[in-house]
Amino acid sequence: MDNLLLIPLAACLLLAGATATFRAPWLNRFAGIIASGGVLVCGVSALVSVMAHGPLSAAGGGLRADALSAFMLTVVGSVGLNSTWGGLVSKQDAHRGTWVYQTLVTLFLGTMSLAVLADNLGVMWVAIEATTVTTAFLVGYQSTRRSLEAAWKYVVIGSVGVAIAFLGIVLIYAATLSSGTPTLSWVSLHSSNLAVDPAVIKVAVALAILGFATKAGLAPMHSWLPDAHSQSPAPVSGLMSGVLLSVAFYAILRVQAIAGSVLGAGFVRWLLIGGGILSMLVSAALIWAQKDLKRMLAYSSIEHMGIVAVAAGIGGRLAIAAAMLHVLVHGLAKSSAFVLAGRITTAEGTTEIGALRSLLERRPGLTNPFLAAMVALVGLPPFALFFTEVAIVFAGFRSGLPMVMIAFAFLILINFVGLVRHSTLMVFGKSERSNVGNIVDSSWHGSRISIIAALSASIVVPFLMGFGHVLARISDLLAVSR
Amino acid sequence: MADSLFAQLIGLCAGVLLLSAVLLVWRRTRSGNIRLLSLQGTTLAVLVAMIGLHRTSVETLAVAGLVMFLKGYLLPTLLARSALRSDVDRDAPVINPTAALLLVALLAILAYVVSRPLASLGSGPTTQVVPVGMTLVLIGFMLLATGRHAISQLIGFLVLDNGIATVAFLASGGVPLVVELGVLIDVLLVVLILRVLTGRIQTEYGATDLDDLTELRG
Repeated sequence: MDNLLLIPLAACLLLAGATATFRAPWLNRFAGIIASGGVLVCGVSALVSVMAHGPLSAAGGGLRADALSAFMLTVVGSVGLNSTWGGLVSKQDAHRGTWVYQTLVTLFLGTMSLAVLADNLGVMWVAIEATTVTTAFLVGYQSTRRSLEAAWKYVVIGSVGVAIAFLGIVLIYAATLSSGTPTLSWVSLHSSNLAVDPAVIKVAVALAILGFATKAGLAPMHSWLPDAHSQSPAPVSGLMSGVLLSVAFYAILRVQAIAGSVLGAGFVRWLLIGGGILSMLVSAALIWAQKDLKRMLAYSSIEHMGIVAVAAGIGGRLAIAAAMLHVLVHGLAKSSAFVLAGRITTAEGTTEIGALRSLLERRPGLTNPFLAAMVALVGLPPFALFFTEVAIVFAGFRSGLPMVMIAFAFLILINFVGLVRHSTLMVFGKSERSNVGNIVDSSWHGSRISIIAALSASIVVPFLMGFGHVLARISDLLAVSR
Repeated sequence: MADSLFAQLIGLCAGVLLLSAVLLVWRRTRSGNIRLLSLQGTTLAVLVAMIGLHRTSVETLAVAGLVMFLKGYLLPTLLARSALRSDVDRDAPVINPTAALLLVALLAILAYVVSRPLASLGSGPTTQVVPVGMTLVLIGFMLLATGRHAISQLIGFLVLDNGIATVAFLASGGVPLVVELGVLIDVLLVVLILRVLTGRIQTEYGATDLDDLTELRG
């Protein structure tokens, strides 16, 4: 059972290798889907096994899955499946060149799986940096001026940010070295009986969180995000917005747990709450004035990462459980929205919000699911983001942070109004352009099936049997042990 | 190796590292800067080798060889090849050299302030020069933020990375080998990717002056 953890990594590596070597037509179309399906199956099995028998470990302790890792692996797999399936091209469109794209997507899924499965903080860092490497050419895939500019900014800001995080990890290692037990293993670092110098850990944790926050798209280090997410091909935008940001945030959660066991909760709490509220403020301001559909979705990702950061800052059972559920549901909804937005903008030939009008009348096949995805994203019931946001506000009030929670709720409202305003204009607004007819999109490739499944999942997941136990287990895992 | 000699050699290496970074801020010809970067990489490798000899650790010596090859030779050569394709060798500085040097002095002071909590890591000669690594990180940041040309930004990125490596080796004698290898490969790949992007930007815009990259706003 323990070798289960090797499967997603080996599968992604083999598939990428096979796609790059053989360039078979079916691999050029399905490699990403097979890889994410494999990751999803492994993630769910690992989750079941962890809940029944406790943490798994493989490769001599190098890979380890506790409830949090298994949950994140499931998120990577499900969001990956939604994005890649939704982005599946038809047989005619799959020309020989798509092998590069499929190879990179498959490797990207593999690096994210490694990042959440690695027990060693150093290996986790290497994997997160490798996500930048694998996605760089995907961002610049369209080779237009804009996408090259976006790719340049993404690689420079992303790798510098993550380099700063490495400085933090090095200092954590140095601190354990001077206490006589050099280690970068998260399990040993999290056990509270390490006699490390709190002053060093404080500097180290601040640097690590600052660095990973850059990759997670938290303000004020977010400037690369709207560019990269709006210029990538839609399925890649879905993957990056839906799950890469969360994987970077996962690294923050691990570092936060270490900080908690050495320094107590206070220090990191205010870093995260400050960054989170600032991110929500930035996205609120920029969504209102937004002219580009994909950039609007990108800013909405900054908002949601801000929400998750505030929840992690509050800490405690309710807030962490809400944050985890938020990560999963946001990933599913955002990847659906990106895939559909990509298909709408390709069909209409523009990404300008101002030029997209009366979509519901003209393209109901794409617009109905897009509307559902937007309803999920703005946090309306029955979608789970509504419940997570309410839970976070409750948790915040209970932890004695009423002012923060008032600001939090207010900013959610502003973001809500901004998104709803743009969406309603696009979907229901009157159009001067002639009616192009009811193009009902019923092809099974790039199909609505995956998106309907994803959106239904974001309604029913919280009510699944045993899901509450998973969230509770993760909260206990990250709880401050001192 | 005798302790006093070791301390002197570490001090010397740290001095050369700092000096090369300051000269990078001061000089503006691209070919000269790439040579300075190569000198910095080599010095870093010597520093690692010294730590390896002092601790008689074969692993650290092997890492030193790798650092020498990668940061002393390969990365500067890759940069030099990219630079060859562009016709201008000089960068118009965003801030003038005098102001930049003053800024470097301020950054060095800041680095010493930031590194104060790290003094508790030990009292050996290596811990005392950790602030030099921090200064390199900050100077790298500055070069990155003020570089207008793609190659100048890349140089800034590599100085920053050298700074982080310096801190890593001085503070802890290097992270575990697996991680070290991963880090070196990642840096190499990032530089290769940026090099390819530089080439594409050059064909698209006719130059690699990044001030032209202004299409994405808001």
